Amino acid sequence: MSSVVLYTVLMLSALGVISAVVLYFVAQKFKVYEDPRIDEVEAILPGANCGGCGYPGCRGFAEAFVKADDISTLFCPVGGNETMGNAAKVLGKEAAAVDPMVAVVRCAGTPEHRAKTNAYDGAKSCRVASSLYSGDTGCQFGCLGLGDCVDVCNFDAIYIDEVTGLPVVDQDKCTACGACVKACPKFIIELRKKGPKGKRIFVSCVNKDKGGVAKRSCSVACIGCGKCVKTCPHDAITLENNLAYIDFNKCKLCRKCVEVCPTTAIWEVHFPARKPKVEDETAQPVSEN
Amino acid sequence: MLKTFSIGGVHPPENKISAGSQIVVLPLPKQVSIPIAQHIGAPANAVVTKGDKVKVGQLIAQSNGFVSANIHSSVSGTVASIDPVMDSTGYKRPAITITVEGDEWDETIDRSTDLKEECNLTAEEIIAKVGQAGIVGMGGATFPSQVKLSVPKGKKAEVLIINGVECEPYLTSDHRVMLEKGHELMIGIQILKKALRVDTALIGIENNKPDAISHLSQVATKYSGIEVHALKVQYPQGGEKQLIKALINREVPSGALPIEVGAVVHNVGTAVAVYEAVQKSKPLFERVVTVTGKHLATPSNFLVRIGTPISEVIAAAGGVPENTGKIVNGGPMMGKALSSIDSPVTKGTSGLIAFPAEEAKRKVAQACVRCGKCVSVCPMGLEPYLLNRLSQKKMFERMEHEHVLDCIECGSCSFECPANLPLLDYIRLGKAEVGKIVRARKA
Repeated sequence: MSSVVLYTVLMLSALGVISAVVLYFVAQKFKVYEDPRIDEVEAILPGANCGGCGYPGCRGFAEAFVKADDISTLFCPVGGNETMGNAAKVLGKEAAAVDPMVAVVRCAGTPEHRAKTNAYDGAKSCRVASSLYSGDTGCQFGCLGLGDCVDVCNFDAIYIDEVTGLPVVDQDKCTACGACVKACPKFIIELRKKGPKGKRIFVSCVNKDKGGVAKRSCSVACIGCGKCVKTCPHDAITLENNLAYIDFNKCKLCRKCVEVCPTTAIWEVHFPARKPKVEDETAQPVSEN
Repeated sequence: MLKTFSIGGVHPPENKISAGSQIVVLPLPKQVSIPIAQHIGAPANAVVTKGDKVKVGQLIAQSNGFVSANIHSSVSGTVASIDPVMDSTGYKRPAITITVEGDEWDETIDRSTDLKEECNLTAEEIIAKVGQAGIVGMGGATFPSQVKLSVPKGKKAEVLIINGVECEPYLTSDHRVMLEKGHELMIGIQILKKALRVDTALIGIENNKPDAISHLSQVATKYSGIEVHALKVQYPQGGEKQLIKALINREVPSGALPIEVGAVVHNVGTAVAVYEAVQKSKPLFERVVTVTGKHLATPSNFLVRIGTPISEVIAAAGGVPENTGKIVNGGPMMGKALSSIDSPVTKGTSGLIAFPAEEAKRKVAQACVRCGKCVSVCPMGLEPYLLNRLSQKKMFERMEHEHVLDCIECGSCSFECPANLPLLDYIRLGKAEVGKIVRARKA
């Protein structure tokens, strides 16, 4: 009886040793060298695997980051400058600071500004709705409000306001990964510079119709009048296809354009309240954008 | 037993309310807006400018590429603008707007109603004339007809199939055309046969139109090589591939065109348009539109000039009734709800159906219970429940493997789904995405 136990133990031990030797040589032969810094960089990254950097997950970014000679083109929008600085330290490099960005919803067409012209009761998806027709208001460019942007947000940073029916971005949670930008079939959401203390100015409209048509379909549409272009002292505003666009790299946040916009399509957010003026202040939409 | 296709299919209530109404010529509108993209393929290039005087039948937009179609003025008058106009989906697309002045036709058009049987043109000349006349598939798909007639090298057409199925419920425009323009249809078929160099033409008609079957069978005896076949009523038999299977029992392979099995399919409306184009030099600028609905005052079939506002067509049938929930452009199965009735009638507008509010509302979608009804009714043998999920999850490569490109968007799956899931909505979306991927790969 004891001999059976003994042989079994010996046999298994011998098998173990032989396998270990074989495995050792095989492992040597097929060894794949992997830069240990990739693991280090990956550990620093947020691990959200959101794809906002353009690479498949954080690991993919870490690999590209370690391999790259020039790291200035690589940026993790979720981690921001701090994460990038730490990651660059691993490589003994310096990461250039990038202005933080935030998703901005460029549509202000609440039901009060933009009357419903029909009702949609198909699949609750903006992609489906926009493949079927132009939308439930007169504006073919405006937000459909079915929440594709909300569905794709990994950071719980965007929600549909029940009253306005429009998406609202929580700028503290938004990481500027760009998932909502890609999800929006109407190309309404844009990544813009977050601005000092969140101060930013943008045209909250993407309507390319001619002035009269745009105005008829939505009272706060950009009518392409060009007043803002003329007013801007910094040459930051361009007018194309009846739509004004503010270049956030040129904008100095002087707010002159906001004052002249006849339809209040240009928004200023997170600015201190203006000194009391004759103008009606409630006309200026307050937003979290 | 009557013939039909072999897999799937549904039988929705027929509701052919307007079947007994003769085709009435709609009075001229005050203004027409003629979109420059009314067909599948590249939009045409406008060849008129604002302020130009045009006559009925005059070319106003030139075909732009192989798969494209000429567009002709449907009225005489002055070009008011060339601007984007809201189309049936609500999107604004370029269109030529013409203010109507009188009704002066181009001199080359033969306006007499006499039948002209003799056609001495060669196949190439016929195809060229069809192309010039801007004829597109009149069943609703609006594929340029001259492309279908140009048989690719190495392929041979064996049989011409004429689609008089009209399997969509409510629609009766093809039915009326068969009854009222039987002789023109037969001559049109002879011309199409000549263009394709085939000897036989088969007309497929569903058995719910016995008057059309008997009428055409009788007319067909005067012409050689035209057979009329009655088919079992089964939706979507009007689909090209289903009709080929039903009539000649051949299956078009996945991803291939009907010419692969030697068949070319044309709609009855297209055949009549070909007759008018070749024999009477009349381009395609008007079509028969069914205007119907259970609570509509006078469900009718109108001969409408292309570009007429839909609101005017409906007004002629008694106006939009109160309590209308939806007006559908096309048949109730494949058509799309109009977002505005100000949009114009185009070459593909086969019908306009008004639905009362209680019928228009979709039922609340519930969870899929994996009953498999969608699979059993799919006429292309696909798995709609799976494609629906894949599309929602954006798994487009997998969708391609599941042959989503074979989907004919007939809507049988959505019609049959006991959970009221918007299956086709998502499948159509996924199909478009897969289409983009496939085209990008080829490019």
